[in-house]
Amino acid sequence: MTKVLMYGNAAVAEAAIRAGCQCYFGYPITPQNELTEYMATHLSRRKGCAFVQAESEVSAINMVYGASLAGARTMTSSSSPGISLKQEGISYLAACELPAVIVNMSRGGPGLGSISAAQSDYFQSTRGGGHGDYRTIVLAPSSVQEMADLTHRAFDLADKYMIPVILLGDGMLGQMMEPIEFKHEAPKELAIRERAVRGAKGRPSRIIKTFTSNPSEMEEINWSLFRRYQLIKKEETSFETYMVDDAELVVIAFGISARIAKGAIRNARAQGLKVGMLRPITLWPFPYEKIKDIARTTKQFLVFEMNMGQMLEDVQLALEGKREITFHGRPGGVIPTASEVHRVISRLYHQKGLKKAK
Amino acid sequence: MKKVYTRPKSLKKAVFHYCPGCGHSIVHRLLCEVFDEMKLQDKVIGIPPPGCSVFTYNYLDVDMAESAHGRGAAVATGIKRANPESIVFTYQGDGDIAAIGTAETIHAANRGERITAIFINNAVYGMTGGQMAPTTLLDQTTTTSPYGRDAALEGYPIKLSEMLGLVKGAVYIERTAVNSPANIKKTKIAIKKAFQTQIDGLGYSLVEILSPCPTNWKMGAIESWKWVDEVMAKEFPLGVIKDITGDNDAD
Amino acid sequence: MRKGYIEIDQVLCKGCQICMEFCPKTSISPADNLNAAGYLPASYNDESECTGCAICALVCPEVCIEVYRD
Repeated sequence: MTKVLMYGNAAVAEAAIRAGCQCYFGYPITPQNELTEYMATHLSRRKGCAFVQAESEVSAINMVYGASLAGARTMTSSSSPGISLKQEGISYLAACELPAVIVNMSRGGPGLGSISAAQSDYFQSTRGGGHGDYRTIVLAPSSVQEMADLTHRAFDLADKYMIPVILLGDGMLGQMMEPIEFKHEAPKELAIRERAVRGAKGRPSRIIKTFTSNPSEMEEINWSLFRRYQLIKKEETSFETYMVDDAELVVIAFGISARIAKGAIRNARAQGLKVGMLRPITLWPFPYEKIKDIARTTKQFLVFEMNMGQMLEDVQLALEGKREITFHGRPGGVIPTASEVHRVISRLYHQKGLKKAK
Repeated sequence: MKKVYTRPKSLKKAVFHYCPGCGHSIVHRLLCEVFDEMKLQDKVIGIPPPGCSVFTYNYLDVDMAESAHGRGAAVATGIKRANPESIVFTYQGDGDIAAIGTAETIHAANRGERITAIFINNAVYGMTGGQMAPTTLLDQTTTTSPYGRDAALEGYPIKLSEMLGLVKGAVYIERTAVNSPANIKKTKIAIKKAFQTQIDGLGYSLVEILSPCPTNWKMGAIESWKWVDEVMAKEFPLGVIKDITGDNDAD
Repeated sequence: MRKGYIEIDQVLCKGCQICMEFCPKTSISPADNLNAAGYLPASYNDESECTGCAICALVCPEVCIEVYRD
């Protein structure tokens, strides 16, 4: 396959079309507008497909809910404040066990925030965000290629487990251009999910609801959802390790931070510092077991993220107080450089008296 | 003697949970009669709201899916865009369609979405115990307007149907009531026309139905049915608000 | 000579009395006893001049009236 030079927002949109996305509903918000515009150009006139610029992000997520009910592969995209608006809809999708893909190109917050890349929606994405006991799969790409690959994976996972999937990107990933290749062609026929609400022809009428006046019924629904979440944890947890085998210090970072950290780690290794990195790719399910595994031989961890410490808490949960964790965060949309992270790594390495490579 | 009236086939045999004299079950029955007569039972998808009628799916034997409060028009848009051959209707209360759902309703109509809205106007939020609604009348007491609705503090009853009349994509809007035999018959005709509008692909259709709520109006059933004529219909006049289904431009 | 008659399901009836309000022939009146749900249901008067006009069934919120006519 030939490589194309594409920016992240467009790569997600193109990958979604190739994954058989039938319906896209969106609303303008920086820094993801190119995704919505790509869909307006390339999806809206495709046979059998629909593009709607909704009147709000709230409306868009409810259109996604409707299209998913009707059995279509469907997607919406937004950025942090708009994702806040979608939380009720996401809770409904999770409650009704409906597949959908929600793309968050996150920006600085809280409030209207900044339009630059940040990672401060980790809690929002992994801890529900909306009300009730539910989870969504959260995928965190760290390159434009991964933006495309994980978009396709998002649709497959959503359908496999009947669950909404969040693709957690950020403003930098959305705007940067890299050469990528698409591993899939767009399907000739759009797939329609079997258990859909399309008119009760030849079968009993189907009711999709989330309300019950019987708490025991609600309890059973919760247990049932969580049995599925257990399965997803077992089967779908994914991560990338980079030079962890002999590492004295392991950086844990996701998304764009991991990209920056990798550069810093390469420079640190060149100086003989034995540093590695664990990059979670699924933020939910989070790779707790892999961290525990690394902690058998590594005693020092550096959590680096572009927020005030969110993934940090999952790392603390994994390590259960048995290892030292240092945190380096830059919030608000400030993009740290590799040299800044390198300085942090070096300082930490020497403060803790870690051994250099011979 | 032969039977001249029996329950419609698409109405499930379930005891209605509605209060004595409530208008909901009459509209449910009319919808089912229309589904039977127009052979829509296996094509139609209904979207009930939160509220007393959240349990509509216990009565209408068709595909149904709950919507979040106010979002019916958006959910219906999603379903219809994904499957244009289906016949999609929302069933919404006055708070659902004209308070929290105003934006979704106006914009679905503005886009001319080929969906049908059944708007049940009983001038209160019923399920939650009788709070003031956007269509509550001036001086009407509710649990959140205990001194009577005061325009200076609480604004005026909103005329959503008239507002929608200005929206180009809305092609058929009528207000009826279910408080008398004549009005019930007119409501059924309006519902049929609204669905026909959708089947013909002409645009957004809406039937606003003034519906008695004896419990929250603190009246007996018969008194509440009279109140619809004597008070409510003076503020919300019955009749066709917009009908351009006969125009060529409506396509 | 009556032209029609009705059957009221007194188990479903909630005693709203709307049918009595609109019946043109005084064919319906309240029953003597409450039903199991605690409502005083409507009761059909067999001696009446029911024409089978079906207005009662038209207005009944509970869909608990069936109408017969010649």
